[in-house]
Amino acid sequence: MILLAFIILFVAAAIGYVINIRAAQAIRDGGAPLHSLVGFHGMFSALVVLVPVFILILLWIALADPLIQRLVAASLPEGTFDGLGTGAIQLIMAEINSLAGGRVFGTPEDWKIEAAERLVGYERTADIALVVVVIIAVIALIAFARRTVIAEFRARQGSEGIMLRLMAFCAIFAIFVTIAIVFALVYETSKFFSMVPITEFLFGLNWEPQIPIRADQIAAEGAFGAVPVFLGTLVIASVALIVAIPIGLMTAIYLNEFASRRVRSVVKPFLEILAGVPTVVYGFFAILVVAPWLRSTGASLGIDVASNTALAAGSVMGIMLIPFISSFADDALSAVPQSLRDGALALGATRSETMLNVLVPAAIPGIVGGILLAVSRAIGETMIVVMAAGLIARMTINPLDSVTAVTVQIVTLLIGDTAFDNPKTLSAFALGMMLFIITLGINVLALRIVRKYREIYD
Amino acid sequence: MADTTNMGAPAPHRISLTERSPAVARRKRKDLILQGFGLLAIFIAFAVMFLLFASLIRTGHTAFVQTHVTLDVYVDPAEIPLDGLPRGGFQDVVTNALIAKLPSADEDSERRAVRNIISNGAQFYLRDRVVADPSLIGQTISIKVPVSDAYDQLHKGSISRDTPEALRRVNDEGIAWFDELIADGAISKPLNFSLITNADSRFPELAGLRGALVGSFWALLTCFVIAFPTGIGAAIYLEEFAPKNKVSDLIEVNINNLAAVPSVVFGLLALAVFLNYLGMPRSAPFVGGLTLALMTMPTIIIATRAALKAVPPSIREAALGVGASKQQVVFQHVLPLAMPGILTGTIIGLAQALGETAPLLLIGMNAFITSAASTPFEAATALPTQIFIWADSPERGFVSRTSAAILVLLTFLIFMNGIAIYLRSKFERRW
Repeated sequence: MILLAFIILFVAAAIGYVINIRAAQAIRDGGAPLHSLVGFHGMFSALVVLVPVFILILLWIALADPLIQRLVAASLPEGTFDGLGTGAIQLIMAEINSLAGGRVFGTPEDWKIEAAERLVGYERTADIALVVVVIIAVIALIAFARRTVIAEFRARQGSEGIMLRLMAFCAIFAIFVTIAIVFALVYETSKFFSMVPITEFLFGLNWEPQIPIRADQIAAEGAFGAVPVFLGTLVIASVALIVAIPIGLMTAIYLNEFASRRVRSVVKPFLEILAGVPTVVYGFFAILVVAPWLRSTGASLGIDVASNTALAAGSVMGIMLIPFISSFADDALSAVPQSLRDGALALGATRSETMLNVLVPAAIPGIVGGILLAVSRAIGETMIVVMAAGLIARMTINPLDSVTAVTVQIVTLLIGDTAFDNPKTLSAFALGMMLFIITLGINVLALRIVRKYREIYD
Repeated sequence: MADTTNMGAPAPHRISLTERSPAVARRKRKDLILQGFGLLAIFIAFAVMFLLFASLIRTGHTAFVQTHVTLDVYVDPAEIPLDGLPRGGFQDVVTNALIAKLPSADEDSERRAVRNIISNGAQFYLRDRVVADPSLIGQTISIKVPVSDAYDQLHKGSISRDTPEALRRVNDEGIAWFDELIADGAISKPLNFSLITNADSRFPELAGLRGALVGSFWALLTCFVIAFPTGIGAAIYLEEFAPKNKVSDLIEVNINNLAAVPSVVFGLLALAVFLNYLGMPRSAPFVGGLTLALMTMPTIIIATRAALKAVPPSIREAALGVGASKQQVVFQHVLPLAMPGILTGTIIGLAQALGETAPLLLIGMNAFITSAASTPFEAATALPTQIFIWADSPERGFVSRTSAAILVLLTFLIFMNGIAIYLRSKFERRW
């Protein structure tokens, strides 16, 4: 039905376009000079039809279904939801929905079947109403657009004004996304902090996100101290950076100063391939090759290495970051003015002296900015740690141990069915909030450093 | 020349780069050391890359063929009555055919053990054929069905026959039967098309990528339809029309930061807003595509702005000079010239979106779904989430399937990046 509405809309826009072009042509053929070209009159009509109705359909999609659900829930017999948690309510609504979809399990109660029938009825009404509303709207808009076609009408200004606003909206859309992220995180996080004190989350040393299944369960109180989780992320990210920074920097230095054009033309695309490998592939590589290898090496040396050691996740993440760091460092080194390089070489410095004593110090802000961005990626990286790191939060900085990470906890807490009313689910949003703030801070800092540095030589 | 004029007097020692002296040698050695480190770093990166692909191909290549057994099945009307279709004792019929091939197996007591040789899905191969052509009932037909995972791995050599029986997933008796089948010429190893044509399954020998490919297709289509026009619109506005003020600056900083927000945060956004507040369906590729679109949009905006910037001002001035309006200049002159760059950026953004996993996990696209979605609103998996599911499965057969799925994913990515590179080299103009 939604598809039908869109088809009607696009056909109507085309019709409006043609009608207005014909009308404008008729005026021009009649000898009156048009203010705008014929095409702009058509364009104006198409835009006048498309934009409002398109927004209408989108709003309908977003609002109709929740409204219907609410109506159905309100029409249930009195007291159905008394004393039930949101999980149980969602279960009942899900059952009614699946009944409405024709999937019957067992013998449902009569009131559920009735509700399902009502739901189907509402949905059908809503679908028909959508199509009717769309048809009425497009006819009205086509008629309106047709009436604007007169010789003096400034159709170009009209249609260009609409286009400009559309494009401005697209640009502002990016801000909406950020606002939506912040809003969603803040809202769920504040719900979480109303259940768990913020001081426990920030300073607690124990992370066991559980909720009691029964009220009288022993040891059911979950612990939500995020310190060990962040410590785990720190350990893994440190391992990653210890791998990535030297290799990435050395690669950049070699490519920038010593490599011939041919070597560059081979190594650069190769690094791009390495950068384009999805992280889920790196994660599988970590559990398939790196972790067993570390474990057997550790065993042959007599060291006890946990099977999902931070070393495996961290080193593979380091490999992922190599192209990232090397391309940033390469850009920074290339941006150093040629005169500095020439000056150093003219004074008799060798190429390594030029590089280490002149170019690298001059490029340091760009390199640091790149490394900071790499840090933020390491902290936010998800799939490698989800697959290769552990689940249990430990207060340890030993990379041979199994540690967990912020993103691992977010994913494991939210995989599967989730109800938004218990601290276990909501704690994931609190972690996400922290993650967002930290990465945002690092990014802003890094971009500022990079930008400032560019200004020096421009 | 200095030496000739100062003849007799000892020349003051000066160090020159052309002269061999310990200091110069030391400095040159440093040069070599730095170069050595650089080469070593590149070598390490290459080695890891090689190891990555080698291990994927080593474990994954076996999943591109599948061990099958050819059976002469008597479609027994007593087991499969015509009026009972599509139900019937297909499993018994297939098992009978297998036992008939194995004279050494005892028909009654070892029926279960024999049945384990063929895949649980073998009966459906027979069922589909019989349902399509009911006249087969009562005839003897030859069908080729996959063997179960354990025997598949045995035939491919992943399960060694030298392992003690207790540690092996197939016992000696089973191996003896299987060898009989091999000697009989019934076992074959054809190309495994079911890897592409089957949807997911609990049984590795039946599991395929169809559901994931379809899900990824819907998600990418949604992502493209949303992110491409929005991204270009935003980029054109910011590059060509936006007044230089605080708001534009804010939008610009915002877009740059959005490009660096961790993907899992976008997953949280999708879960809280799309699923919880707006009540969109779980596991739907449409929601996945929507989330990916939000992540891809900054990439497209940044690429489009770079492409627009690369079009020289003379083009704009010429068009303005002959009386075009500002928008006519942009849409009729600048945008077509910038299109190759925009498309390159878009394809690279879509390739990133294709490999993105974490946000899809959070909106439930890791569900176990045994059919391909026919619309973007049905539950589905995507290629990367399918890889994640299979990587989590303990069966040996899924290890090779995971590697094979990764190779399929990487093929798509290389293909997409190839198109992008081609577009760039073919259409990009240097002004």
